[in-house]
Amino acid sequence: MAGILQTRGLTRTFGAVTAAADITLDLAEHSVVGLIGGNGAGKTTFINLVTGYLKPTAGSIRFEGREITSLSPRQVTRLGVCRSFQIPQLFDSLTAWENLLVGLGIVAHGKGPFRSALEGERPEQAADDLLARFRLGDWRDAAASVMPEGVRKLLDIAMAMVVRPRLLLLDEPTSGVSSEEKFALMDLVLPAIQAERTTVLFVEHDMEIVRRYTQRVLAFSDGRVIADGAPGAVLDDPGVRKYVVGLEDPRPGGAPC
Amino acid sequence: MRATSLQGRWLGGGGLALVLAFLALLALGPLLPKWAVFLMTVSLAKGLVALGLLLLMRAGLVSFGQGLYYALGAYAGGVAAERYGVGDAAAMLGLGVLAAAAVAAVLGLLLARYRSIFFAMLSLAFSMILYGLLVKTSALGSTDGFNVAPRTVAGFALDVGGGRYRVMVLAAVAVLLCGLGMNALLRSHLGRLAPAIRDNELRVEYMGASVRSAVHLYLVAAAGLAGLGGALTALAVGHIDPEMAYWTTSGEFVFVTILSGTGSVAAPFLGALALELLRSFAYEHAPNTWQMVVGTAMLAVILFLPSGLWSVFARRRAG
Repeated sequence: MAGILQTRGLTRTFGAVTAAADITLDLAEHSVVGLIGGNGAGKTTFINLVTGYLKPTAGSIRFEGREITSLSPRQVTRLGVCRSFQIPQLFDSLTAWENLLVGLGIVAHGKGPFRSALEGERPEQAADDLLARFRLGDWRDAAASVMPEGVRKLLDIAMAMVVRPRLLLLDEPTSGVSSEEKFALMDLVLPAIQAERTTVLFVEHDMEIVRRYTQRVLAFSDGRVIADGAPGAVLDDPGVRKYVVGLEDPRPGGAPC
Repeated sequence: MRATSLQGRWLGGGGLALVLAFLALLALGPLLPKWAVFLMTVSLAKGLVALGLLLLMRAGLVSFGQGLYYALGAYAGGVAAERYGVGDAAAMLGLGVLAAAAVAAVLGLLLARYRSIFFAMLSLAFSMILYGLLVKTSALGSTDGFNVAPRTVAGFALDVGGGRYRVMVLAAVAVLLCGLGMNALLRSHLGRLAPAIRDNELRVEYMGASVRSAVHLYLVAAAGLAGLGGALTALAVGHIDPEMAYWTTSGEFVFVTILSGTGSVAAPFLGALALELLRSFAYEHAPNTWQMVVGTAMLAVILFLPSGLWSVFARRRAG
């Protein structure tokens, strides 16, 4: 399979802190990849770098063979890379349907104001289709500001799918969702995304979710890739167990706190 | 169902109200006393400036410097008429719009980068620069300004008996066209983007749209409307002076927009008329304390009608 995303020596420092250190990796098209790591491991920084929100200190990013290192989030989005947010980023005063409609309008407008007017697909219908696909129909006419966190998470991901990305980066899609609802959420979201043949990379803290839904896992620690491979192999890696999963007591001698 | 949801949340129906008000004005206009014709014309002109502010406010921007474009529109039309012999009022209005929009296109390069109080203060600063320039320019009459007296309006003589009525009709036509145009804009993609920008600029960028370009376009549109309002005021009053660019004039437009609410394109004209009436009567009955009367009215609107005067109509329709 052809690689959809390649990073080469991707590095980003914030003063003395290195949030991304020489990250070199390829993502295969149509794959589902999990990204794990403790707090401050550089997971969100990686998403911010790929989508152009942050510029790397060194290194390069290519998407479908095209150099995107210096592009803005807007330009990267137009090429087909989109993301969701750990804290959902919605238009709070608008309803779920209107949120999607604004997004669909932007996408249609990006094709040129005249062409979009001539093309057949009605954005109103497309917004309803997306609501149905993400089972948000009951929230259609509710303002985003009054939705529960789990619904906001779903709408945030649906918003990212509006642009029909070829690569979707999900930043902790199950955070803030109760542990019994996490699997239901992933069972709903992943098929909806894969129906569009979108490549998915998602950040996750729940190792059971990672084990069940991914084909490949990347483990980050201090901005470095410390393990990369099939979920079983990575999750059983001693380094990952020590620094990411936290199963082995990392304190020397196991002294009590 | 869908259409009402869109109208309800994003915009009250204002187009129909404008058309009805326009027809009523044409029918009743010849019966109105002269002072009422003048008051109505000035209200329509100032309402145009507030209509531009409505667009900006929907995007979360409050400009305390619309006096800049208001004065530019008036001076561009006035200078063309008095110095270069442009005798037609319609041409004056066109020049006013162009001058204001052109300046906003340039200033927008800077203004579109700022938000909240920084945007408000920067727009105010630009308007006060123009005020300072006009006050010092003796060729334009310094603080006294100069008189404007166009001879025709779209080919019809303006200086015969019914001249003031014709200026009002001209203002009403301008308001109808701009109001319906704004209605269409607010329902278009670009208009729907405004509340989205107010809510979350980050998400707008991550959907692939340029926030800065959209804000820049809103600034130019609002400036064009303010320029038109300024040129119309110049026609109605027959005089132009630097006070049009002064910050209290800009503040008055913000006052009108808050008084009206941003729920409909007809609201700014209702708000402008309410302010002109209030001020006229307050000035007549309490010449020394009229500002206090206007201020009290503003306080009452903010306390009891936080969504503006138009919400009275919107509420009645919903109920």
